[in-house]
Amino acid sequence: MVVTPIDMASASIILLLVMVVGVALLRNRQNLLIQTSFSLSAAASLLSAVAGAWTVGSGRTEKMILMIGLPDLPFHLRLDPLAGFFLSVVGLLAFFVSVYSIGYVKGFLGRRSVTRLIVFYCLFIAGMFMVILADDALFFLISWEAMAAASYFLVMFEDENAENRRAAFLYMVVAHVGAVAILLSFGVMAGLAAGFDNFSGFTFDAMRQARFPVEWATVAFLLAFFGFAAKAGVVPLHVWLPEAHPVAPSNVSALMSGVMLKTAIYGIIRVTFDIIKIFPWWWGSIVLTLGLVSAVMGVLYAMMEGDIKRLLAYSSVENIGIIMVGIGLAMIFSSFKMPVLAALSLTASLYHVMNHAMFKGILFMGAGAVLHATHERNMEEMGGLIHRMPWTAVLFLVGCISISALPPFNGFVSEWLTFQAFLLSPSLPIPLMKLLMPLGAALLALTGALAAATFVKAFGVTFLGHWRGSRRTHIREVDWTMRSGMTLAALACLFLGIMPAFFIDWMDILAEQLVGAKLSVSATAGGWMWLTPVAPERASYSGIIVFFGVLIVYGIVYFILHVNPGKIHRGPIWDCGFGKLTNRMQYNAASFSMPIRRIFGFLFKIKEEVSLAPQSAHPAFPKKLHYHLKVRDRFWNWIYKPVAEASFWFSRKVGMLQQGRIQTYLIYSFVTIIVLLLFVK
Amino acid sequence: MDLQTAAQINSFLAAFVLLTAFGMLVQKRIYSLIHLFTWQGLFLSVNTAIVGYVAGRHHLYISSILTLSLKVILLPYILHALIVRLKIRKEVETVVNIPMTMLIGIALVIFSYYLTAPVREISTLITRSTLAVALATVMIGLLMMITRKHAVTQIIGFLAMENGLFFAATSATYGMPLVVELGVALDILIAAFIFGIFFFHIHTTFDSLDVEHMARLKEED
Repeated sequence: MVVTPIDMASASIILLLVMVVGVALLRNRQNLLIQTSFSLSAAASLLSAVAGAWTVGSGRTEKMILMIGLPDLPFHLRLDPLAGFFLSVVGLLAFFVSVYSIGYVKGFLGRRSVTRLIVFYCLFIAGMFMVILADDALFFLISWEAMAAASYFLVMFEDENAENRRAAFLYMVVAHVGAVAILLSFGVMAGLAAGFDNFSGFTFDAMRQARFPVEWATVAFLLAFFGFAAKAGVVPLHVWLPEAHPVAPSNVSALMSGVMLKTAIYGIIRVTFDIIKIFPWWWGSIVLTLGLVSAVMGVLYAMMEGDIKRLLAYSSVENIGIIMVGIGLAMIFSSFKMPVLAALSLTASLYHVMNHAMFKGILFMGAGAVLHATHERNMEEMGGLIHRMPWTAVLFLVGCISISALPPFNGFVSEWLTFQAFLLSPSLPIPLMKLLMPLGAALLALTGALAAATFVKAFGVTFLGHWRGSRRTHIREVDWTMRSGMTLAALACLFLGIMPAFFIDWMDILAEQLVGAKLSVSATAGGWMWLTPVAPERASYSGIIVFFGVLIVYGIVYFILHVNPGKIHRGPIWDCGFGKLTNRMQYNAASFSMPIRRIFGFLFKIKEEVSLAPQSAHPAFPKKLHYHLKVRDRFWNWIYKPVAEASFWFSRKVGMLQQGRIQTYLIYSFVTIIVLLLFVK
Repeated sequence: MDLQTAAQINSFLAAFVLLTAFGMLVQKRIYSLIHLFTWQGLFLSVNTAIVGYVAGRHHLYISSILTLSLKVILLPYILHALIVRLKIRKEVETVVNIPMTMLIGIALVIFSYYLTAPVREISTLITRSTLAVALATVMIGLLMMITRKHAVTQIIGFLAMENGLFFAATSATYGMPLVVELGVALDILIAAFIFGIFFFHIHTTFDSLDVEHMARLKEED
């Protein structure tokens, strides 16, 4: 028997599902349970990643039909290069995170049982794989809901805090509103594909063959986009991210932010490029605009945050925005029949999907390591961790450099490709677009700059300087499993950054199948070292040369500084003769973001309070000063509060029907029967 | 027995079924209520047997015997035993006063005749005229459930509703297939047992069988 990728992927899903049931056997031996289950989930994830990479590499499509589920509605599975790409992204990060989790989850030992965490962790990963493999609306939605439900329980893991329960509830509500929209969208497409009176249109194959009238296709697209955008966290549907990601265990946040959001991207690409295929250009401009808004707003909110995990959550909003920009550009170019440019934009966006999974993985894992060591999420209470946690600090720095889109790491490649796509947009036939596109490029550039500032802050405040916290906890470097999980992800960032031509060549089949053009002909024309998206004379980049350049400069500087051992010596901080410096007088997170808060203040709801402590003898000589800053999301009051209040009001009105008296309920039935008899006679 | 006689006997029994239904609607004493219910079951059973004989549907005899054994003997016995066990002596309390209930009942009968008028015109069965009575019995059963506070009377109302349905099935189509009737009979039996168990629980929880107390179960806001 020949093993095919889809067999490997199915085997990995089955292994994960067996573990969901099987962990009950080991629940009394928690330490062993953690080691076994996370090793197995790492193996399963790696298997899927290999299956996905193999599918993309070979470019073939496999199908499978499972005779389970409802009668006459079997489950269809399909592993094509698009699914394979996402499978490899999810699988790879799930592999890194599983390795990391062996050490991380041990931190819960003695505090609470981790059985529930492991059960839902496995179900969560299996759910993501199933979403990607699903080839019919039914199986897709079942997997989608399994994924959402599993992640809900993971967010709820530390359920003794009201904050966690609230975040999980919010997440559940947004996920379900989104799922309803997706369900309706599939309903519209299935109905148009095979008529509304039977179910034969529910497979994606039937939908692919159908030709939708443009107005119905628009309805289906808008519903699907709304549903997937809610999951991806596109502004203004992003409010659940900064609530849910910080309270989930960090390994789960890494997966949720790194790859779960990508399943929504997968859904959007699947529905637009694979199922609907032909669409008007303005769909793309919607995606592009929302992407730009998400990118700018996301990074600004991230900049304002003092909680390291909330900062990362908002940064995910920003990166989802960048991915959406790429998809939007690809849609616009594709609807104007410019396949090469569409391929460029789509490749940029997919490359960013891969990159964001990797660097957001490291960053959340790093934040988890810090949390594991210090039990602290607030950056204002940290500082100087580079001395105590050198590994984590360096790996976190790699993540920061990557996410700030600095060469030679991977973030640069995808953002640079997105810029190339933007810079080629003057070839569009609509004058208005020609005028507006550079504005988009400018916003993207602003995003990049702000992202760099945000991560200078994240890294600097957390790892540099001195410890700001009041309590002096004993901080130690995390164990080797956590470090190796992060190191693997960092290596992935490096390889994606220095060998982009290789990866673009590998994933070119996606662009060819979805928009009908290959990028690798021009992109790798200059050999494996050079990435030349359109033509070498227009733009070229060689990650590896930059990498060695950086390495050489670093080597020279290191040599100059360390050739004479006596040259570097540590001394006390110069305090201008003041003599009363404390660690709390360092530059901190709130002060770092202050200039940007002043410039973009109108976008936030800022509450700033300064109060003098009353115990000082004279107001001119205050002993203590309290500064309180609260930055809130405006979208909450604009959109969510009215909706929530309206639904509560409506529920109360409907609740008045419920009197608690049997007679009243019987009267309802009685009146209904009489009225029906009278009118339906 | 020719068709004409059979039709007359059928109408006659229908009138008695309706009469017992009204009797239950106004009866205040719980023992008499059960007796009336027993009588209604008996009329139903005899009617089923006659229809079966005239129409030549012999499976209706089985239905008839089932009705007799369940609704005339077993269920009244269970209800009786329940009342003795739970020491229910109180007179039945009503939500709406009795004349008012009667008036609503009469309106329902008229409404039923109005509703079934088109059916009576197109049907050729000898029993067609009793369909209106059957429908009225169903609605009076429901009305009884609405106007009574006591759980036992509500169950009797429910069973009376079922009687009406059964009557409708016999008069409109000469009965349902035997399998269905057997199933329904079994359901009624099971329902009676479940109600019995619930009565005990309601009684122990609220120390009364007045369903008004269950309003306390409602969530406060």
